[in-house]
Parts: sequence; C-alpha cells; structure tokens
Amino acid sequence: MTRLNKTEKIEQSRRNFLIGTVGTGLVMAFAPVMTAYSSESAATALNKKHFNPTVWFEIDQTGSILVNISRAEMGQHVGTAIARIVADELGADWNKVTIKHVDTDPKWGYMVTGGSWSVFQSYLPMSQAGAAGRTALIEAAATLLGVQASECKTQNSQVICGDKSISFADIVSKGKIDKTFSPEELAKFIPKDPKTRQLIAKPSKALDIPAKSTGTAKYGIDVELEGMVYARPLIPPTRYGSKVLNVNDSKATDVKGYLGYEILQDPSNILQGWVSVLADTYYGAIRAAQAIEIEYQAGETANVSEQDLIDEGERLVADKSSGGLFVDLGDIDKTAAEAKKSIDGTYRTASALHFALEPVNAAVEFKDGICHVHTGNQWQSLFLPVVAKSVGLTDDKVIIHQYYLGGGFGRRLAGDYMIPAAVTAKAIGKPVKLVFTREDDSRFDCIRSPSVQHFAAYWDGEDALQGIDHAAAAGWPSLTMAPGFMPDSVDKKTKVDAFSISGADHWYSLNNHRVRAINNPLAQKTFVPGYLRAVGPGWIGWGVESFMDEIAHAQNMDPIDFRMQLLDAKGRNASKAPEAVGGAKRLAHVLNETKMKSGWGKTLPKNEGMGVAIAAGQERTMPTWSACVAHVKVDPATGDVKVLKLTNVMDCGTVVHPDGALAQTEGAMLWGLSLALHEGTAIKDGQVADTNLNTYTPLRMADVPELDISFVQNTEFPTGLGEPGLIAVAPAIGNAIFNAVGARVRDLPITPKAVKALI
Amino acid sequence: MITFTLNGNKMSTDAPSDTPLLWVIRDEFGLKGTKFGCGIAMCGACTVHLNGGPVRSCSLPIAALNGSEIRTIEGLENKHPLQKAWVDNQVPQCGYCQSGQIMQASTLLATNANPSDEEIVNHMTGNLCRCMSYKRIKEAIKQVSSASVSVVEIYDPKRESILQSNNEQGVV
Repeated sequence: MTRLNKTEKIEQSRRNFLIGTVGTGLVMAFAPVMTAYSSESAATALNKKHFNPTVWFEIDQTGSILVNISRAEMGQHVGTAIARIVADELGADWNKVTIKHVDTDPKWGYMVTGGSWSVFQSYLPMSQAGAAGRTALIEAAATLLGVQASECKTQNSQVICGDKSISFADIVSKGKIDKTFSPEELAKFIPKDPKTRQLIAKPSKALDIPAKSTGTAKYGIDVELEGMVYARPLIPPTRYGSKVLNVNDSKATDVKGYLGYEILQDPSNILQGWVSVLADTYYGAIRAAQAIEIEYQAGETANVSEQDLIDEGERLVADKSSGGLFVDLGDIDKTAAEAKKSIDGTYRTASALHFALEPVNAAVEFKDGICHVHTGNQWQSLFLPVVAKSVGLTDDKVIIHQYYLGGGFGRRLAGDYMIPAAVTAKAIGKPVKLVFTREDDSRFDCIRSPSVQHFAAYWDGEDALQGIDHAAAAGWPSLTMAPGFMPDSVDKKTKVDAFSISGADHWYSLNNHRVRAINNPLAQKTFVPGYLRAVGPGWIGWGVESFMDEIAHAQNMDPIDFRMQLLDAKGRNASKAPEAVGGAKRLAHVLNETKMKSGWGKTLPKNEGMGVAIAAGQERTMPTWSACVAHVKVDPATGDVKVLKLTNVMDCGTVVHPDGALAQTEGAMLWGLSLALHEGTAIKDGQVADTNLNTYTPLRMADVPELDISFVQNTEFPTGLGEPGLIAVAPAIGNAIFNAVGARVRDLPITPKAVKALI
Repeated sequence: MITFTLNGNKMSTDAPSDTPLLWVIRDEFGLKGTKFGCGIAMCGACTVHLNGGPVRSCSLPIAALNGSEIRTIEGLENKHPLQKAWVDNQVPQCGYCQSGQIMQASTLLATNANPSDEEIVNHMTGNLCRCMSYKRIKEAIKQVSSASVSVVEIYDPKRESILQSNNEQGVV
C-alpha cells in the first residue's frame, strides 16, 4: 500500500484542470498548481505549454475524442475501462472515442501498471475530469444557443437544452473555451448517479481486440529500427557475482551473419557477467550464441537448490527472533501459554515462472543524445533511471516507448531486460534489438519465490478459538527492486515488503492474531524475487485458507459456517468508506452466494469433494471480495486430481467494464488452478530447472473445468480485478481434496504423488 | 535460394536452409502477426499453414519448403469467420497467442464442419494461451461451426472461383 500512496502523491498532488481551445481542437488536461503562471488563463497556458499535464484528452472539430492512457495494455483492456469512465461523465458518443498508449515523457506522471490498481486509482480523477469537461462544453453550448447552462445536459456527444441541441464537434468548431477548475472545484464533482450512467457497468467491446484478432497489434518484439542489428544475451550461471573469464567464438564465425559479441559493462550492476551475441538476423544470433564457449567465474549461489531455500524458510519461521510483525492483535504468547488445545501446520509453495508468452525483449537506439527504448513494460518509472545509469545518461535523456505487452503478469514490472539491449547498443554504436529466447527468458525470470508458512491455532478450555500465530518466509520483490516502498513493521524492528505478506491481515475477527513477515536472504541473493500475478496473497492465501479449513475441521464445524461466524464486520473489519463499505459483511455475502450457487453440502459420489476458500483482493485498502468453491474428483490409486468445477462470486463494487472483468476473472481463476496443479519449478544449481514447455507445463484447454463466475451487482466504489480471482482457487482445491479423500495437502503445486502418499 | 508461396505471392529467400520459417516470415518478409513463443513447437504462437495444414513455423526449416504454399494470419485478410467470432466473443486478452490460435482453429473447421467439444479440445490443446482465454476460444470456434453446415474453406486471395462458390453457401 505504501507504493499506492506514493503513486497517489505523485499523480494527484494539487492539480488544476485546464480546458482550452488549442489550435482547432479542445484540450483538457490536469496541470500542477504553479504560482508562476497563476494569472494565465487555461487556453494561454495550454497553448504555451506552461505546464506538464499528467493526464489529458482532447476533442477535435469532427467530434473525435482521444483519451491518452498511461497504463500498460497487457490483456486487461485497461484503456477501454478508463476511457469509458471519462466518456460516461462527458456524455460522449462511445463510437467517437479512441485511445492512445503513451511514452514516458514526464508529463504523463508516474507510470506503473500493476496491483490491479488501474481502475481503482483512475475512477475518481477520471470521473472528475470528465465532469469538468462536460461543464465546460455545456457552458460554451449555452452561450452559442442563447440558453441557460443550468437547463442543459450532455448525451451522445451532444449538448441538449430543451428542444435545442448542438454537437461536441460544433462546439469545438465554433466556440472558444477557456476554463480552469481549481483542485477544490474539481473535488466537488461527485461521479454520476449510477442510474444515469450510459457506459460504466454497461456491456461493451474492448478497443484493443480487433487488432489482436488480425495479427496487426504491435508488441515490443515487433519493433524494427533503421540499421539495427539483432542480439541474443548469454545468461551467466548465477544472477549475482558471475564474471566472464574467457570467450571463445571460433565456432561462431561459421554462422552466417555473425557480427561478434560484447562483454557487457553495466554501471547499474543489473548485469553481472553478461555477454551479448550479435548477428544480422535473430536466428544468426541464436546459432552463434549456441556456438560460443564462455568460461565463467560463477557467483556464490551456484550450488543453491530449491531444498536449500525451503530449509532456510523452515529455519526462519521456527526462529521467533526473525522478521518483523505485520499484524499484532491481542497477546498471542499469553494465548498460547494458556491454551487447552492447539494445532499447527506448515505450508510451502515451489518456485513458479511468469512464462509470459512474448519472451522479454527491447530495441534500443541513441538519437541526438537521447536513448530511445522500445518495449512493453509495466513500471516504466522504476526502471527508466536504471536504464539511464546503465548507459551513463541522466533520466531526462531516456524515453521508453510503449507497445502492447505479450503478457505482463508482473514479469514486466521489472524492466531489467531493457538493460542488456541498452548497454549493447551503446557499446556498438548501432541500434540493437535484443530478444531473449524462451530458455533465456525463464533463466532471467524474476520468479515467484519459494515460500514457507507456519501456522498455529489455539483454543481455550471452552473449545473456543482464541487466536492464530502465523509466520511467512520468502524472497521479497520490493527489497531488491523498490526498497523505498517498504513500510516499517508494526514492531518497528525492520522494514517489510507489504506486497509479500498482504492477505495475512485478513478480515476474520480474532481476539489474538500475530503475523510475522520474514525475508529469506538465501532466496534474495540467489535470484530476483518477482511480483507474480496476485503477488503475496497468491501464496499467502494458500496457507491462510487451507489452515482455516484445518481449524474448522478441528472444531467439527462446516468450513463455511465456521468462516461465517468470524466474518462479523466488527472492529478493524468494519465498514470503511469509500473502498470497503460494508467491511467483512461483503465477504460474508459472497461466501453465502457461492455456497448456494455451488450446491454446497449435496451428496457427492465417492472420491469427489467440494472445498471452499475466500479472499479479499490484494490489500485491505483495496478489497475485492471473493469466494470460491472447487469441486474435485480424486483417483485414490494414482493420487490424480481432476477439478470438475469452480464456482466463484466476486464483489468488486461497480463493474466498470463488465466483459473485461469477466475475462480477467476467468484468466485469474485458471491461473490459480494452473499454479495449484500444473506449474511449479525448482531452483537447481542456482537457477530454475525448467526453462521451456517440455518440462514446465501450464494449464491447457483440455484442463479447463466448468467455470461459474458471477459479480455482485452494486454501485460501490470500484476495486481491482486483474489478480483477486486467483487467490482462493488453490486453497479451495486443497480443501476439496481433503473433503474428497481425507488427504491434507500443504505444498504447491499439488502433485499426484503427494496426494497418494497422504491418502 | 528457396522459393515458396506466401499468402498467394511467390517469395524467395537466401537465408541458410536450416533457418526456421518463423524468422524468414517475420524479419525478412516483415509479416509480424506470426509470433515467437517457445521455439520448440510446443506453444503454437507461431502456427501457420503449410499446404493447408497447421505447422509450427519456429521449428520448420525452410529447406523443406521449396514449392510449398504458406499462409499466415495476414493471409486471412480479416475475412475468415473465426476472426469475427474472436471479436464477437471478446477472446483475446494480451493477444500474443491469438494469431496462432486462429490459424490452428481454421484448419479444424476446414475439414470438420461441426466439431464436437472433444474434437475442438483435441485440436486446440497444443496451443498455449498464457492469459488462459481457453473458454472463449472454444466458444468462438463453436459459434462459427454452428453457423455453417459445410466446412469453412480458408480464404485464399488467389482462388477467386472457390471463394465465390463458398460465398453462395454462406461461408467465406
């Protein structure tokens, strides 16, 4: 959440909203409140470019509306959702709206696309911007038509005043608009009454889909630069501390088009022991790279294994002095000392790859002292300074040009793959397109760290649950990539990566609850831990919700009834406006809905079972309420698990782009299933063991179960949707396996071997 | 020199004969709709048609292609009914695999007018979609198959007569 707050500060510090005629069009833009130009009118400031607008849109004389989008498009149709928020408030004809994904010019503000935040963060400012635009258009129309502005409304790109009307196109052509809204005036615009909405929460088609159905959508890997050469990187044996001792390219010289190699010197220190291989075709670069022999001095993690990482995690969760507290309610030590009954459990997850289908890549050229990077990326503002450092330029001399992302899933929050392209281009003085092969991409992935969690639950003499003690150890993405975004622990002992422990601070009311967040330093130095779709809650939820079932069974209670009694929406779990109106009651509601829809409690054939789990999205400050029931069938002879059906009810408040929301949830849930049963790799000799589809096996069409997904229809503040659907799936499957055959699985991925051994 | 037909046009290349077709299509002939995913013929993002059948161009050396007919997503010219169905069903998310999915699916409908669910899954399960848009891929294929009683010929710009006769039957 720290990152979110910081982002808000950067994006939403005091800003005026300027609307003015510029050339033949009408521009609407946020701009910082700057005293130097405070006496200027909006039109003057816009024409003189006396500001750095952070977001803007424009209407031309034909009435065409262009909305600039600073968020990355990676499958979530984010531009469509954001543009519909603006267009609804404007009263625009949706057919006249187009979107443009922009580069990293500082005027666009802080650029990050992740955390399922885009709609959540954009909803209010973009609504207000649209409302301000509507107000200015109405005022101009009233003057042109000779009527009172108070009698006018906008609809379908027209201003309508009684029996008179004028189109946005005509207003832009005929009227001169010059208006500034102060931050205070802007804040007075509350989003439209849901009953009057024309676009938000209505069916719509995504603007990016036609190009993605004809092969014309342009991804980073499709970029060509004049005079460029192709490069493939050679990945060293360890992430840190590798050195190139000797390069022998005598066998590469036979490869047609081979142009040589570069040993990369990187002042940003992202690259340690890297070589890039150059050729006039990419296939030439692949072949030459295969033929080059390199002698390395490997770093100290060259022999680290997955088991070493898990052992270290188990040691850390057992060591009460490790880590820092993330939750500290009541007195868990006293609770434990006085407990009459207790249970405990250790949950683990294996390393997992992002495996975005477009291997990471970047094309870089230096032109007039500017380093132009062409790539698809999710967190341009984080890695632009790193690119600058790697090529010895200041930040203002680097521009990252954005393209469609062939999958993000958090992989492209790290922009590390731009560095070898930039350093190579600088070294050879030519434009370079550097593409990772699939195997290169996997070996350089910022994987989801293996994790270990330990839980203990305590009951008093009345058999009433008194508290839960929880410790979780893993590699932390923010510690390597963005340590400035890590808040202090509750006990002020250390900084914690909130993104790697979120979800442990769940919405169940407990008298005594302690969560200890622990970094696994061996993971941290072996690889760069990455943000992988759903991030912390993606693996924290596996432990929390599986263990909740263990507690329910220890109390001989139905797992849904048990959860319901803890979802009382009291204390810290009460309603909080605007993002958590209703509090834990909303979670209880989706749980109850899912119970009814799934047929919970009905008699099932032998070896079949249903399991339940709930989740509250990415963070307590942006809860997306969800409940999932998995129906599985287990073959006791082989331990094979087949998921027959997943039932999920989501409550994300207002569903801005309903079909996009459904698509995101379908994808997120199948990701949850894939991570539960089909994926998972291991660190072997300091790197991931599985680098391609021959051994890394994400879910395929044949593995897709029946999906029953629905959204609660309400008009609450919209929260995020890209990730939350993932979280509850794995524990729902694990809990279903227990109910089917009595096997309590505690490791992800769930393997037939493990299930069989537990039956 | 190796010569073949690409989307109805005769093309020749001097690339080394072991070069996979994918790189020739993308980087020599500039057709970027065909994608690089895994490089070992296991994701399907690079699927094109070789003489009407689906092949993984990342693992197909051009040496074998003299005189053959290759079709890529661009060769469908946005006229294949699957492409409309893809938009109707809002199939793509990131979209990166979708050229390959469409090329793979079109070869099913070219030989089987009304595939069963099982036939669709068997034909498509080799194509990975990392966004997991599988449910919609299947629904879009079913939309096309249920709209026609005959197989869906793949659009070929050089064969006007077939195109016309197909149009009379209500398919492309």
